[in-house]
Amino acid sequence: MKRILPFLIIVVVGLITVGIATAVYRHKVHPANATAASASPPAVASATKDGADVDDGTRHVHGRLDAPVKLEIYGDFQCPSCAGASSVIGELEKEYGNRLCVIYYEFPLAMHKHSREAALAAEAAGLQGKFWEMHDALYQYQNVWSNATNVNIFFDTYAQTLGLDVARFRADRVSPMLLAQIQAQADAGAARGVENTPTLFVNGVQIRAAFSKESLKGMLDQALAAKKGS
Amino acid sequence: MAQREKQLGELPEPQGLSRSAVIIYCIVAVIALLGLADATYLTIAHLTGDDAVCGSLAGCSIVLGSSYASIKGIPTASFGAAAYFTVFSLTVLAAFGYPWVKRLLTLIIGLMLLTSLYLLYLQAFVLHAFCPFCLFSAALTFFLAGLLLAVPAAP
Repeated sequence: MKRILPFLIIVVVGLITVGIATAVYRHKVHPANATAASASPPAVASATKDGADVDDGTRHVHGRLDAPVKLEIYGDFQCPSCAGASSVIGELEKEYGNRLCVIYYEFPLAMHKHSREAALAAEAAGLQGKFWEMHDALYQYQNVWSNATNVNIFFDTYAQTLGLDVARFRADRVSPMLLAQIQAQADAGAARGVENTPTLFVNGVQIRAAFSKESLKGMLDQALAAKKGS
Repeated sequence: MAQREKQLGELPEPQGLSRSAVIIYCIVAVIALLGLADATYLTIAHLTGDDAVCGSLAGCSIVLGSSYASIKGIPTASFGAAAYFTVFSLTVLAAFGYPWVKRLLTLIIGLMLLTSLYLLYLQAFVLHAFCPFCLFSAALTFFLAGLLLAVPAAP
């Protein structure tokens, strides 16, 4: 009996572990599905902070819409050059102040695994008035979450850091309504000739140059001069 | 005696251990069970994509959601769970006096120690974030290694 006893203990502990693990796994999987399915779509009205008088009210506007230069961006949060362009645009916004208005449209590319989830996270933050803060966080930490298997863990952390209601954020980022909204922005972009990201428009004219600070500054200055001249 | 060994099969006969060795092996077994629970929980959390596992700890989510949290789709924590279960099994055998087990136990705990050091390095210098569940596991592994050194040599 003494020879068998240790093996018996090992088998019993193994079975108990597998049993408990399976029970916990099942318990976690089933209620989670139920919650996701019952998450109600949030209201559209608060989707943008300044966007009430433009388009369908879902695009995101930073700055005054009557600014002499409007810089429109079609972006994908997982695209590295978008992150680069975003930081350049951030610097330009500081430099140009009220003369520049930045408008962001979602254009998640199918080639990026988590683009859609990131766009949903940004839009869900937008429902709580923090689209731009989430936009900045997503680009800033792009290389951290891009390779992750479960990106939503990161997005929830950012939401928490930004002081959002995380429970509401979680429910919103699976909202079919937000997904439809993102798709509509991307479709509208495609109709305007957008194929890649980032695609920038300055006062309605698509920019085809490199997105370095110098070249963008040149474009903005040109647009400002044209406005003054007109 | 030689005849009896032959009758009992090929495994070496369990040897008598000192009382202190048995006590240490029992402690090692309990710690291995704690590690098993910790690693199993992390594995389940990974498989279910459970965001709530970290509570309000921001760094924890970064670690558990990183690309290091799985190896070719298999949760890293599941390897830990397997290692802790192996340690538990070997310790039970060791406590019952099987002499061939200690070397294997030393090898496995050594590997776990190296893995824990690598995971700590990743948390500190690559991810710049820590997860308490992972730190707990690393602490358990260090403790296991220390206890193994404390086991007196068989008479």
